Amino acid sequence: MSYTKKDLITTSNLTKDEIFHFLNLAKEFKTLNNSDVKKAKSLYGKTTVNAFFENSTRTRTSFEIAAKRLGADAINFSSSQSSTKKGETLIDTINNIVAMKTDIVVVRHYSSGAAKFVAANTDAHVVNAGDGLNEHPSQALLDLFTILEHRGNLENLTVAIIGDIFHSRVARSNIYAMQTLGIKVKLFGPPMMLTGMEAFGCRICKSMQEALEDTDVIIMLRIQLERQDDEVAFPSVREYSNFFGLTRAKMKFAKDNVMILHPGPINRGVEINSDVADDPRYTHILNQVENGVAVRMAILHTLISNKQG
Amino acid sequence: MTTLIKNATIINFNETKKANILIEGETIADITTDEPKADIIIDASGKLVMPGLIDMHVHFRDPGLEYKDDINSGSESAVAGGVTTCLPMANTNPINDNAVITRDMIAKAKARGLIDLLPIGAITKSMGGNKVVEMGDMINAGAVAFSDDGLPVASSDVMRYALEYSKHFGSFVINHSQDCSLCRGGHMNEGRVSAILGIKGMPREQEEIMVSRDLLLAKLTGGHIHIAHVSSEWSLKLIKQARDEGINVTCEVTPHHFTYTEDELMNYDTNFKMSPPLRTKSDVTAVREAIANGLVDVIVTDHAPHHDDEKFIEFDKAPFGILGLQTLIPLTLNLVRDGLISYEKMVELTSTNAAKMLNLKNKGVIAKGMLADLVIVDPDMEYVYDKNLNKSKSSNSPLIGKTLKGAAVKTIKSGKVVFDFPNVVA
Repeated sequence: MSYTKKDLITTSNLTKDEIFHFLNLAKEFKTLNNSDVKKAKSLYGKTTVNAFFENSTRTRTSFEIAAKRLGADAINFSSSQSSTKKGETLIDTINNIVAMKTDIVVVRHYSSGAAKFVAANTDAHVVNAGDGLNEHPSQALLDLFTILEHRGNLENLTVAIIGDIFHSRVARSNIYAMQTLGIKVKLFGPPMMLTGMEAFGCRICKSMQEALEDTDVIIMLRIQLERQDDEVAFPSVREYSNFFGLTRAKMKFAKDNVMILHPGPINRGVEINSDVADDPRYTHILNQVENGVAVRMAILHTLISNKQG
Repeated sequence: MTTLIKNATIINFNETKKANILIEGETIADITTDEPKADIIIDASGKLVMPGLIDMHVHFRDPGLEYKDDINSGSESAVAGGVTTCLPMANTNPINDNAVITRDMIAKAKARGLIDLLPIGAITKSMGGNKVVEMGDMINAGAVAFSDDGLPVASSDVMRYALEYSKHFGSFVINHSQDCSLCRGGHMNEGRVSAILGIKGMPREQEEIMVSRDLLLAKLTGGHIHIAHVSSEWSLKLIKQARDEGINVTCEVTPHHFTYTEDELMNYDTNFKMSPPLRTKSDVTAVREAIANGLVDVIVTDHAPHHDDEKFIEFDKAPFGILGLQTLIPLTLNLVRDGLISYEKMVELTSTNAAKMLNLKNKGVIAKGMLADLVIVDPDMEYVYDKNLNKSKSSNSPLIGKTLKGAAVKTIKSGKVVFDFPNVVA
């Protein structure tokens, strides 16, 4: 079954079939991306705007490339240039963008719920490219796509998400999608980064060993220092690295064929050491980046198809 | 001018009886089964007549933020909700921390003439938390209690002095119980829902820590501490223990805290964003039990208007607070319908106890010689609370557009009809 909603805001309401719709479509677009002429026409004549109210390099670029490869005119808009600096509200800014006959708005915003708020108050298709601590659905889909591509299926999997779970929108979107697919999800991190996480029904691990043992995929998360302005910081990055970072020594607890993912950007030597991050036996980080374009093409293509259908 | 309310089912805190109420001028001249002649006859058949409600916790945003509400629109909202006496909090702009502003607020309310406005002065100058206001001067000007509501008084020393000083003048202190060092920049209750939404939360212990401190300071000073908008199960436990030990503590709860849980926030609806935040089912149950078992002294609205534009925004940027005056009666009647309280207890919680606490000897009871502040309530009337009924300049209520049951159909202030529900004959 294809995806028929106007927007893509969350993975929490995706069915198994809808997830596989995106993954199967992404596979086709990845084939296209690996061909000499990386161009399709499904968004020809359409306009997408990447409305980014928070800094981003890879996600914004990924959406931009995705839109252009589908033939769209892709416009980038960042808050440093925006009217919000002049006091305009978020919804007024979006409505002005939409008034210029924009078909898809890709929104990144520092407030949880912002993408949902925008989607509910505009006629354009809205893609959530990360809202506060809440969700980052395209990242979850590209993670699943990367796992599927490498392993050939998503059956009987155990995934450990390790690090700053509380502040991670990647974690939330992955948890929802993975649980829908029957994937077991384990969580591990320092207590101040696990606040309330039992709400998701995942196994909360007490040690790195517990997190790594019998795990098929490790998703390492970055410490979101920029999201902790009002909080008592954890004692030190050095200590974090010792207890919660992934090192060669700790990999002895992991399966030989374990996959390591990271949504980036990596803080080398903090959440993951370079000798692990760059080990071709484990790491799939650059595959994720590559697959991100194909997954985002699948998302944009699907939303426009819905409009035309 | 005389008014006769006939066929009234009179609800007092201690009894319910059918009788006629004769009003002469501003006061109740008689409660009688006779039918004396009067200039105006109001037939209250099938309705309840209660003492005018006293709301000890409102924000009228006047002076300074009149675009949200002002004393005039606040007064209109009040009487449309059956409220004839309001205590506005001090977080105006400028802050009500001196006698001049207190007098000005009272004068403006008197000029409109719909309600009695009894200002709550700030505890500290500019609500800065450092220097206690001139409480004596402000009481002479008409202030009835002191609160930095919206902000807690962080300094234990300042709070101690405020309790001692207010006690000297026979007044009391209301604290917004919040240990802000435990806030984490929170926008809602910390727990399951905040984790799911990715919104930073405020643990209930933040409230409970401050309640504990203030109870201990009341023990130390013998002053009267009134705990505002209690929202947590443990706060209530602490208050009960303190009261059992003889500490001079009273407390209030709001309709939203006995009606809604944090689950309402799952859609990031900013009209459910308030401080203290909506909490869990166990907290709501505890608040309801505390109402039923007599621990709660008064129900207040914490009426907090914010302009539509301020709430139509990202959740974490939106201000805390919702409207309350016009939904006080229907939400409180739900407690009666649910069998938690009687009509008499409802009157006690919404009028009589406040009158006692504020030493308002002519209010809170329907009896001969009392001020004729009355509300005629139809407990069964169903209606849509829409923007036409809403008297506030703001519309930040999650109940706007919803069907409510029970309303003030006629409000009488000092003998004069000051509100009629549209198209309803009472």
